Amino acid sequence: MNFVALKMLTGDRAKYLGLVFTIAFCTFLLENQSSIFAGIMKRTGSQIADVTDAEIWVMDPKTEYFDQTKRLKDTDLARVRGVDGVGWAVKLFKGNPVARTVNGKFDVSICLGLDDATLTGAPRKMLLGSWERLREPDSVVIDKAGYVLLFPGEALQLDRTLELNDHRATIVGISDASAPFASYPVMHTRYSQAVNFVGRERTELSFILVQPQAGVNDEELCRRIEAQTGLRARTSDQFRWDCIRYYMNNTGIPVNFGITISIALIVGVVVAGQTFYIFTIENLKQFGALKAIGVTNWRITGMILLQALTVGAIGFSLGSGLCAAFFAITLNNLPTRGLVLMWQNAIGTGIAIFVVVVLASLISIRRVLVLEPAEVFRG
Amino acid sequence: MSAGIAVECRGVRKEFGNGGGKVLALRGVDLDVSYGAMTLLVGPSGCGKTTLLSVITGLLNSNGGEVRVLGEDVERLSGSEQIVFRRRNLGFVFQQYNLLPALTAAENGAVPLLAAGVSRRKAVEEAKHLLDTLGMGNRADALPKQLSGGQQQRVALARALIHKPRLLVCDEPTAALDADTGYAVMELLAAEAVRPERAVIVVTHDSRIFSFADTIARMDDGRIIGIQSGLRNGNQHAVGSQETQKKE
Repeated sequence: MNFVALKMLTGDRAKYLGLVFTIAFCTFLLENQSSIFAGIMKRTGSQIADVTDAEIWVMDPKTEYFDQTKRLKDTDLARVRGVDGVGWAVKLFKGNPVARTVNGKFDVSICLGLDDATLTGAPRKMLLGSWERLREPDSVVIDKAGYVLLFPGEALQLDRTLELNDHRATIVGISDASAPFASYPVMHTRYSQAVNFVGRERTELSFILVQPQAGVNDEELCRRIEAQTGLRARTSDQFRWDCIRYYMNNTGIPVNFGITISIALIVGVVVAGQTFYIFTIENLKQFGALKAIGVTNWRITGMILLQALTVGAIGFSLGSGLCAAFFAITLNNLPTRGLVLMWQNAIGTGIAIFVVVVLASLISIRRVLVLEPAEVFRG
Repeated sequence: MSAGIAVECRGVRKEFGNGGGKVLALRGVDLDVSYGAMTLLVGPSGCGKTTLLSVITGLLNSNGGEVRVLGEDVERLSGSEQIVFRRRNLGFVFQQYNLLPALTAAENGAVPLLAAGVSRRKAVEEAKHLLDTLGMGNRADALPKQLSGGQQQRVALARALIHKPRLLVCDEPTAALDADTGYAVMELLAAEAVRPERAVIVVTHDSRIFSFADTIARMDDGRIIGIQSGLRNGNQHAVGSQETQKKE
């Protein structure tokens, strides 16, 4: 009878296509919006993820996310280095100087000052130049998106100069740094250079990057650092999740995306449910005839579920394909770089679509189950 | 149950609604339907023909009396047993054909076999063969909307006969057809459906097809008011005719 169910479904082409496109639309919206949301949330920890040399970040105990920094004392670095299990620990500065080009184009930037001796935290994905050149005077490495922002329409070129808070800086490399949450240029420079660019203060140390000794567990070392120094120590993953949680709890972004996702779900259930219901009602006599002939309620339920799941599977595949195409097209655009269709979102959407089609078919199933087969004798 | 009797109804009662709105649709119906014969259940609209047919086929339960179909007390069967009983033993022809619009004529004819778990290929093959017998061989791949009313009713007849049921019930099979087409369908029904091992019940109020009947049971107001049997073999005799009309 599966074949009968599928032919009944595809026989009414208009309703069949309507159902498929409803589910495809619903899938596209769910996957697209949830992936963009997840991508934007992921961006809140981009600068943390880009530091691949160190596993642990140490900061002021009240720090909740990356952009919220309270300067540490220089002596804190020595205290952290004294904790048992610390392999090495280096300084990291974070500031936001204004970058200005000779053409007058300017923007606030994210300036990361790396340990002068080791350059720990330097960008590893370089598009042009070399991060080792950061040892040269006044040198900075700028990310590609920042370069395009400050030098619009111009080819990538090294040794160009710009001003950072009125200090001259020379571009010695162009990196492919992960997109930050705000579309600011990301500059990497030496620690000593960065504090000059931003302006010296009484305290300047933003974060301490720590690498555990071999065999020491990251989380255990975090606990030791916190216990012995009173500072906050987080693994890279923990710190990235801290950032995501902060933005989730303190911005309207989740509500905004949540509304779109909810509407997609509601539209999916209502339109698919209504179309499916009409489809079933129009076939009610035929279902009644099947019941009279001796097709069981279970079999008819199976037929309707098969129809719903078939529509769901085709619509989901179509919607996922459209969504994948969307991200493939936008992947290399600077504003949307790094936003991809995540497999977790695809699976989550698949589960949501499954629920949508099952809900949509439930009303139809009920209508058929309560149908008296004797109805078929009533003209 | 008597030998040669496929359906035996004794004092069958059926009510709809309750309280003041109660309607007595069947008021103690006695009826025997024989194997190898076509029994017409006739009477005016609302007299209870379709209700009796529904009770006989197990689609409705009676409120009293006894119904034995093919030797089974159908009302004592559980719901699932009734479904299996219908699937194996009963064939249905409906007034409005009730063909599945997305299936071809052959596929529609194959539905009872598909419901019984026969493979699609084999079921459709058998349906095509049967359609050929019913003069529809060249239209086996047509959709119902591409068929005339008479052709659709022939497909419905194929669907009703494909699994070789022992009881065939037809509800107003000619009501949606013009006179000539209706007559042709009845000719086909009489020729192909009536078999010694099968009983055929036709509910109708179309007097033009009475000539096909072996037995005519007349109903009015929920009762059998007269039975004429032996009509086609020339040994016509009346039971419960006007003078012996049943009283409740």
